[in-house]
Amino acid sequence: MASAKEIRTQIGAIQNTGKITKAMEMVAASKMRKAQDRVVSARSYAEGVRRIVGNMMSAHAEYQHPFLVEREEIKKVGIIVVTTDKGLCGGLNTNALKEAIVLMKAQTAGIEVFTIGKRAGLFMKRVGAQISGVAENISDTPELADILGVVTLAIEKYISGELDEVHLVFSEFVNTMTQSPTTMRLMPCPLPEHEEKSGYWDYLYEPEAKDVLEGVLRRYVESLVYHAVLENKACEQSARMVAMKAATDNAKDIVGDLKITYNKARQAAITQELAEICAGAAAAG
Amino acid sequence: MASTMQVLVATAEREVYRGEAEFLVAPGAAGELGILPKHSPLLSALTTGELRITNGDHVDEVFVSGGYMEVQPDMITILSDSAERASDIDEAAAVEAERKAKEVLDTKKDDIDYAAAEAELAMMTARLIWLKKKKK
Repeated sequence: MASAKEIRTQIGAIQNTGKITKAMEMVAASKMRKAQDRVVSARSYAEGVRRIVGNMMSAHAEYQHPFLVEREEIKKVGIIVVTTDKGLCGGLNTNALKEAIVLMKAQTAGIEVFTIGKRAGLFMKRVGAQISGVAENISDTPELADILGVVTLAIEKYISGELDEVHLVFSEFVNTMTQSPTTMRLMPCPLPEHEEKSGYWDYLYEPEAKDVLEGVLRRYVESLVYHAVLENKACEQSARMVAMKAATDNAKDIVGDLKITYNKARQAAITQELAEICAGAAAAG
Repeated sequence: MASTMQVLVATAEREVYRGEAEFLVAPGAAGELGILPKHSPLLSALTTGELRITNGDHVDEVFVSGGYMEVQPDMITILSDSAERASDIDEAAAVEAERKAKEVLDTKKDDIDYAAAEAELAMMTARLIWLKKKKK
């Protein structure tokens, strides 16, 4: 049995770890609330762009933008995978990456991967996927500019014909306890629900219809990815909060067990000492 | 009372303005655009400039740095780009993203080792389940 002193040191160490995980839990809880607020405040733009694309669908019949047309032959598929930069958030990234692998396996065409977040980058590198674009160190207050590079790259490749489809994998925030990995097709663009307006009508475009449509559709794709990144942030914080709560509870359990062991060790030491004194007294007497 | 239309101005990050307007002036790509309610549907690119939203005696001014405006007879939606955003900046960001990818990928293989990937993910999942069980 370890000596009482050793056990005491161990208890101290675990108590300290518990304090750290407790602090991380509280930090994550507050960050989660802020991340959720950001999802909400980005909703206006997302809804606006979705509404416009929906209207565009019901308006314009004769001009089909390449972003909307399905290609007959799919030679190469782009997959944008969104994960966190840091670990310590339970199974969040594992689940998202699993979803990505399922999607990748289902493809008959070649695959290019775009990663957002370090975990996806590291994983995709290890499994030997062809990585075409990387965004890392996304701040806790993500801005569109943080991911614009990757998204633009994917869009350009789609336009140039290097990619025929682009998919997105990310974690969707359901509630604090549940985050579900989600897959969606980005390009050709998913069409938002729109009501058919009666009669033929079309927009006035300024300047050219093609340029304006492309500009709006680009922003639509960007807003979808940006939304995914925001959701992922909310997931990260809530998953971390739950993971850290579990770690704090574990630390408490272990400290409890160790305290019992410590008391036993202490008692044993006292008993032994008493026995020795008694034996000493008997020998002297 | 004069008729009004709904106005929504948003950037990707947040909502900038929401309200009613009797008259709106926007910095269109081809010159300033004045919009009154019941305007026919219009989609226009915007340049950097000032958006003036008039409702009664009240005039709100919002700065937009490019983006797009959709006009429907009773609703105007303005998708404003967040500050610095020009095609050259986008391009620079794209080049940066590609460069990072090359950095990550020193050895460029094209065949994905699904077996290894699945084994790794299975390991991670098993570990998590084990940890959870251990807790109980």
